[in-house]
Amino acid sequence: MDLPRLETILSRYEGESWDLIPVLQDIQDSYSYLPKDELQVVSERLNVPLTQIYSVATFFKMFSLIPKGKHQIKVCLGTTCHLKGGGRVVESLSHRLGVEVGYTTKDMQFTLETVGCLGSCAQAPVMMVDDKYYGRSTVDKVPKILKLYK
Amino acid sequence: MPKFESIDHLREYRRQLIAKRDPNQSQVLVCAGPGCLPMGSEEVAAAFREEFEKNGLGAKVLLKECGCHGLCAGAVRVLIRPQEITYQQVTPGDVPEIVEKTLKEGQVVERLVYEDLHTHEKAAYKGEIPFFKGQMPIVLRKLDVIDPTSLDDYLAMGGYRGLRKALLEMKPDDIIDAIDKSGLRGRGGGGFPTGRKWRICQDVEDEPKFIICNGDEGDPGAFMDRAVMEGDPHAVLEGMIIGAYAIGASKGYIYVRHEYPLAVSRLQLAIEQARESGFLGKNILRSGFDFDIKISRGAGAFVCGEETALIHSMEGNIGEPSPRPPYPAQSGLFGKPTVINNVETWANVPEIINLGADWYAAIGTEKSKGTKVFSLVGAVNQTGLVEVPMGTTLRQIVYDLGGGIKGDRDFKAVQTGGPSGGCIPAQFLDLPVDYDSLQSVGSIMGSGGMIVMDTTSCMVDVARYFINFLYEESCGKCTPCREGLKNLLFILDEIIHGRGSEEHLALMEELCGTMATASICGLGKSAVNPIRSTMKYFKDEYLAHIRDKKCHALVCRPLLKYTIDPETCTGCLACVRECPVGAISGKKKMAQELDQELCVKCGLCYEACQFEAVKVE
Repeated sequence: MDLPRLETILSRYEGESWDLIPVLQDIQDSYSYLPKDELQVVSERLNVPLTQIYSVATFFKMFSLIPKGKHQIKVCLGTTCHLKGGGRVVESLSHRLGVEVGYTTKDMQFTLETVGCLGSCAQAPVMMVDDKYYGRSTVDKVPKILKLYK
Repeated sequence: MPKFESIDHLREYRRQLIAKRDPNQSQVLVCAGPGCLPMGSEEVAAAFREEFEKNGLGAKVLLKECGCHGLCAGAVRVLIRPQEITYQQVTPGDVPEIVEKTLKEGQVVERLVYEDLHTHEKAAYKGEIPFFKGQMPIVLRKLDVIDPTSLDDYLAMGGYRGLRKALLEMKPDDIIDAIDKSGLRGRGGGGFPTGRKWRICQDVEDEPKFIICNGDEGDPGAFMDRAVMEGDPHAVLEGMIIGAYAIGASKGYIYVRHEYPLAVSRLQLAIEQARESGFLGKNILRSGFDFDIKISRGAGAFVCGEETALIHSMEGNIGEPSPRPPYPAQSGLFGKPTVINNVETWANVPEIINLGADWYAAIGTEKSKGTKVFSLVGAVNQTGLVEVPMGTTLRQIVYDLGGGIKGDRDFKAVQTGGPSGGCIPAQFLDLPVDYDSLQSVGSIMGSGGMIVMDTTSCMVDVARYFINFLYEESCGKCTPCREGLKNLLFILDEIIHGRGSEEHLALMEELCGTMATASICGLGKSAVNPIRSTMKYFKDEYLAHIRDKKCHALVCRPLLKYTIDPETCTGCLACVRECPVGAISGKKKMAQELDQELCVKCGLCYEACQFEAVKVE
């Protein structure tokens, strides 16, 4: 376990039970998942039972208990994207990367996820790789976008 | 940036700031809003920077990356000031010509200006474009001209004038009276009168009190709050500071969904600027009033848009709602009185205080005052963010501002209010839009998403989409919502697979009745709206799926059949590469064949084909 890394995160907060979600968010951002050993320490420090942490970690979509890939692909399935073929974009990505939604490629390069809405509805279908948005990303544009990250 | 020691100091600084600014300053304002950013705003801005350097214009022309310019259909948009010329669909390749012709010679680049789809008339200036006529921007007023990272820009446009007036001339009671009199209602969905909410909270004798800005804009199809948080973050802060002063709160939180990373960073920067300049912190503008704001990031749960669920997640728990009363205004965060309003509501507050309750109350309809921002998306020609007075009709929004339906297809419905709203058919196009009228036709205002649908949308599929969305997002705490959604989804799937019966429709009605009555929170109660509105107005579509096993809009896959036309197929193999199940075979440059046994009807071949050789029926 990388204790100094975890300590840096914990030092940003006062150690109260309501700091749980921000602490988990920082761990998720830094480690790309929530490692079990780290959660054990968080449980002791914030005085929150591990069961409660498990409950929170599995309730919210941004948390993952297994490592995520180097790049995170989020395909928007908001109403407009749904109507404009967002579902087919997901299938195309899933087929090209060889992973189901919610999973990570074997080489740990890509995690494929869907989101409720990315808020760029005028450019549907929209997808996001890490923090970069891609508008009008129809099936035929998928290979070009993937190439930028390979 | 100085730290403002007093209200006079702020006034003097603003006076000097405006005096220093040249109204004829040449400016290039690149839209970096939610619609333009995914289309390459950053690249366009970088191209301008490079071109300025080449031409030695860096010191003469001011370049800004602004918030949403409104008309997203023309992404990437660029506004040239002081002439107010607007260009659309700008790519980095167009930049040298804009610099040469417009900035150096003062001429318009005709090929980049707006052109009316029907009359083919061109319009180079913002005021001439039909999309902007008939709008009344209050919340969106500053978005296209200020740099969201500059407090000076906000101040120069009259920013923090509302706060100045509140602290200098008004007692907390006067502020609540003004908000009450203005008729402002919550812009997040329910439409609860904002002034009344503040009064309830003010009246509770308990301390500390909290202010929360709900920036968990989860309704798919709505992005006005994202645009405001990213494009005019200080307006949200100013509204919150005024609200906090009115109810006596010492701490505020902005809850932003984590899918909006830019909104988080823009708000964070604005908070730091506000602290440095004395708008936040101890003894704000020497008024004796202390208040600070923190950002709380959402962790990805739609139900957290519901205020009690949001509060629970801020306390470190899962986002499960709890029954009301008590309302958060009485007992909210950590059991203390808490006012929660959404982003657009807060952003309205400074202008109401600044220009007065009477000014605001004169806009809109009898029971819905002011303006509302809608995200007009889907099958319209001119997609984007529009801000219109309450009471504007759907027809004006869809046809006058939105320029009608794409490809001159027929209008089928407009979906408002996100998953809690309904689908409104053509017969109500002349409905004046306000909280009450939308409710009377089985939908709701919600946060302002307006998704226009044409004949290519299947209303059974739309209902299934929302029920599936809510099924995944339901927290599972109460039985009517958890089980009701699961069963509604099961029934809709049966119908979409051609296994539906008319008894299913009756069963759905019954489930909707139970859910609407017995669910704990708004998510479950209003989840019935997509079903009820589509069953009421589009029953023939349900019957076509059930009786004829047909989806006339060609959307519901299990009822479709894909074939490849041997006459048109060129054998380019684009479809073969896309097909996930290897159902397409044939020699290169020869017509391909599609094996119906293997086909999973995903439609990828249909989309991949450039020659329209893949047919669907």
